[in-house]
Parts: sequence; C-alpha cells; structure tokens
Amino acid sequence: MSRHVVLIEDEPNIAEAIRFLLTRDGWSVDTHGDGSDAVDVIRAARPDLVILDLMLPGKSGLEVIQELRAVADMRVLPVLMLTARGQLKDREMAERAGVTRFMTKPFSNAEVLSAVRDLHAQAAQDVKDTQKTASGQALP
Amino acid sequence: MGRDTLTGSRIRERRLILGIRQAELARKAGISASYLNLIEHNRRRIGGKLLVDLAQVLGVEPSMLTEGAEAALIASLREAAADSGLPVAELDRTDEFAGRFPGWAEVLATNHQRIARLERTVETLSDRLTHDPHLAASLHEVLSTAAAIRSTASILAETGELEPEWRDRFHKNLNEDSLRLAEGSRALVSFLDESDSSAERRGVPQEEAEEFFLANGYHFADLETGQATPKSLVASAPQLISDASRMIARSALEQYQGDAALMPLAALQEVITSEGIDPARLATHFAAPLPVVLRRLGVLPADILGQDAGLVICDASGSVLFRKPVTGFALPRFGASCPLWPIYTALLRPGVPLHRSVVQQGRSALGFDCLAVAWDHEPPAFDRDPLYHAVMLILPRREVPEDAQPVGASCRICPRRACPARREPSILKEEF
Repeated sequence: MSRHVVLIEDEPNIAEAIRFLLTRDGWSVDTHGDGSDAVDVIRAARPDLVILDLMLPGKSGLEVIQELRAVADMRVLPVLMLTARGQLKDREMAERAGVTRFMTKPFSNAEVLSAVRDLHAQAAQDVKDTQKTASGQALP
Repeated sequence: MGRDTLTGSRIRERRLILGIRQAELARKAGISASYLNLIEHNRRRIGGKLLVDLAQVLGVEPSMLTEGAEAALIASLREAAADSGLPVAELDRTDEFAGRFPGWAEVLATNHQRIARLERTVETLSDRLTHDPHLAASLHEVLSTAAAIRSTASILAETGELEPEWRDRFHKNLNEDSLRLAEGSRALVSFLDESDSSAERRGVPQEEAEEFFLANGYHFADLETGQATPKSLVASAPQLISDASRMIARSALEQYQGDAALMPLAALQEVITSEGIDPARLATHFAAPLPVVLRRLGVLPADILGQDAGLVICDASGSVLFRKPVTGFALPRFGASCPLWPIYTALLRPGVPLHRSVVQQGRSALGFDCLAVAWDHEPPAFDRDPLYHAVMLILPRREVPEDAQPVGASCRICPRRACPARREPSILKEEF
C-alpha cells in the first residue's frame, strides 16, 4: 500500500528532518516551501496526508486549508497543521476551516511519527466505514 | 469654595444615595419640602437642631454633613468598592468612613488607583504580546528554529545507523540553525529591552502626561514667553518616563503654545479684568477660534481667570485626550465617562457652541457651567472625512440652577435612577 505525504513548510531544515523521518517510516515525501501554489501542488500529488505549516510565504496555511476544503475530493484528506505557540486565534480559525490535527512547534520526532501514523490509520478506517455503509445501503 | 457652603449639597447627596424622596425627608425633619429644597441647593444656611434632625434621619453624624469628605475621595472609595466585586454592605456609609478615618480612606483610595494603573499596564503588555507584529515575528522565528534544531538533533541522537552523507548534512543544518537561534534570541531580547529601558516603573502614558501637567499646575510660563519650547520642557520633565508619554505631552504642549500665541497672557489678563470671561467676546477680541478660547481659559491659573476651571478634550470616539480636573466634577480616570456630558453633545453638532448648566449626580450636587464646542482638527479637505475633536470648559457655580441638567461621572458610581443613558447598573442602585 502506498503512503504518500505532501509537506508544505518553508523552513528547509525542518522540512529536511521531517522528510528524513517519514521516509524511514516508509512514506514517500514531497516537500514544498511556498503557500501561494500549495493547493495546486497538493491537488496534483493526490497524497494520503498533508502536513501544512501555518506561517508560510505567499499564502498562509489558513488560506491554503480553506481553499483546499473547497475542492470536492479534498474534503476528507487528513491535514496535520504545524503551529507555533501563541497563535491561538489562528489556530481556532484553522480548526473551523477543517484542519484534522495540530502540532505545536517545537515538537519531538516521536510526536510527528505518531501523529502521522494515527491520522493515516484513522483515514483508512473512515474509508472502510464509508464502504461498509455504502454496501449496506445497496442491499435491500 | 468654602467647605461650610456645601452642607446642603451633602444632605442632597446623602438623601439620593438612600433613595429618600425630598418630601419624605422634609416631613421627617418637620420642615416644608420647598424649604428643604432651598437648603439642598445651598441657598439657606443650616445649623442647630434642624441639622441634628436631618443628620439623624439620614443616619450620619451632623459633622459629616457640615464638614463632609472630598468628593474625589468618596468617588475613589466607591470605585474601589465596585471593582472589588464583593458586596460591600456599608456602601451607604462611604462618606462617614471617609470622614471618620480620612487617613485610612486615603490609603484605600490611593491603593485602588494604583491597582487600576497596574492593571492597565498588564493589559498594555498583554496587548503587545498579542498584537505587536514584530514581536510575533521574532517569537515565531525563534520557535521555528528551535523546532528545526530539536528534530535534527533527535534524528542524530536516536537513529541507530545513519549514512555518513545524512549525518554530515544534519550536522551542517544543526550548526546553521543554532547560529540562527542565537541571533534570533538576541534580537528578541534587545527588542524587549529597548521598550523597557526607559523605566523600571512602567506607568500608563496618559497618566504620566497627566502627572506632568498637574505638577506644573497646567501652566507653562516659560512656554508663553518663548523661553522654553515644548521639546525642552518635555526633555526636562521627570514625570515623563516613557516615549509614549513624552509624545502625548509634547503634542499637548504644542497646542498650548499655539493657543498662547493667539491669546497672549498679558493681553488676556487685561481683557478678563475689564470684561470678565465671556468666551464669545474673547474670541472676537482676539480673532481666535472658539476651541482655542475654551482651551486657553481652561488652563489659565485661577488667579488670572478669577475662579477655578476644569477642562476636557476628547476625540470623536469619546476618548479623553486631555483632562484637567476641577473640584466637585468627577472625571473618571479610566474607562468611559457619562454620555450626557455636553462635550459629547457638542460632537453631534460640530462647530456649534453649546452652553449647558449641569449638576453632577451622586457627588456634592454642585452646579457647573459647561461650555463646549467640536472642531475639525485637521485642515478641511475634499478627499477625507473630518476628524473632530471636542473641548469642554467646566466652570463651577455656587448654586445649582433649577434647570440644571443632571449628568454623572460614569454609570457604575452614579446614583441617578431611571437614566435613559445608563449603560450598566450602578453599584449604588442596589442600596435603594
């Protein structure tokens, strides 16, 4: 089973560390450092998971998630947002906009790995549930 | 104004706080309501048995009515009671407390003002953390770098076998990031230091400016004669600690300087001595705009003006920009004041001079002449909306005229009942 993540993070050394970690964990990782065309990059990559920084050049993570959720087949895509402390207001807005889970900088590598694994497992479970319901409805 | 002339005002205030009707008090004291009305407006002297009787009905010592306590002190004590959030059972005996223990009352009032000032400082600081973009950016930079270092360092520490290329790369990243962290944290510290260096005691800028004006009696003789400039006065003022307060004081002094140039002290004194203080006539005489006249009169020393005067200047949001208190007319230190003040009415009709007789409720019930006008404080232009400021000159009167409009200080400590302008309940109201 392919596990594909897109990481939108403008801080190259954070991106590199996360890329290393997730690659070791069996993910294929695409990184991108700019907010303005992030939605296009995500749509083209069709990943299983997105890691999105809140503070991005070009377009904020908040705008990216809002635009992403407006696209029909991107509504259930799990999105892990990276925030710094003290961005509570932005965080509340991002939650309303449809962020699946948050992680506060600075984070440990173990936190990143467990967050990503959890989100992926949860998404897989959701897909199964949806299929079950769908097939259940199809039966008379 | 002598203390003994205010006995009637104190009787009235006390009665209002207790919520007793004038007729009822008169009946209990065995006098007519109209006679009591004259007493309450300080038009009849009162003493002897009647004073004792009234004091008894009102539940105070007779000396409380004849000597009283400073209105400002009473107001501070009431504010302290309101802010404590505790039900203060003896609220109706505030003046008695202030009268019997003036020293303690002063301590309590001063501490309360200090608390309010400190609370404002905390608010200002937390506002800064929330809204200052430079601070937020600096913090974000530091946290991001810390995040990068933490991830990279733990990869190096925790990953068992790491290929040499990866290891070298992470070492290089770690080195770069630690350098950035050092610079970022230094920038953050110097940013915080810079704003702190001016003062160990960080007051509210408006308050510092106010202390500066108060210490100078609101009069700057050297500025009038040209021996000093706003800049030099501000630079040598020990009260002005922060940059913000210096800026506030300097712009107020520049306005003062401009006003004084239009209405020089010697000439003004001469006209006042011969013609009195009719602002409209002074405006014509000096060919000065009315706002200038009101501002000028408001800060004249009492020996030149011939009486005390208070002054308030506000902007169109109602925020008070300048305040010179006058005995008996309470000006709240912080927060919104009474919307019934003529200065706010003046804002509704810019350029139209207003004269109102007012009586401030819940205080010593003194009468005041308020003269107010609003003006566009920027030169008129077609491409912007006007920016109005308003000024109100407050002149104390000996008596309260029959048609005086009741106004308050601020809702929380105002005893006026059924006031259509009320914003929030009064702490005094519950006592009725």
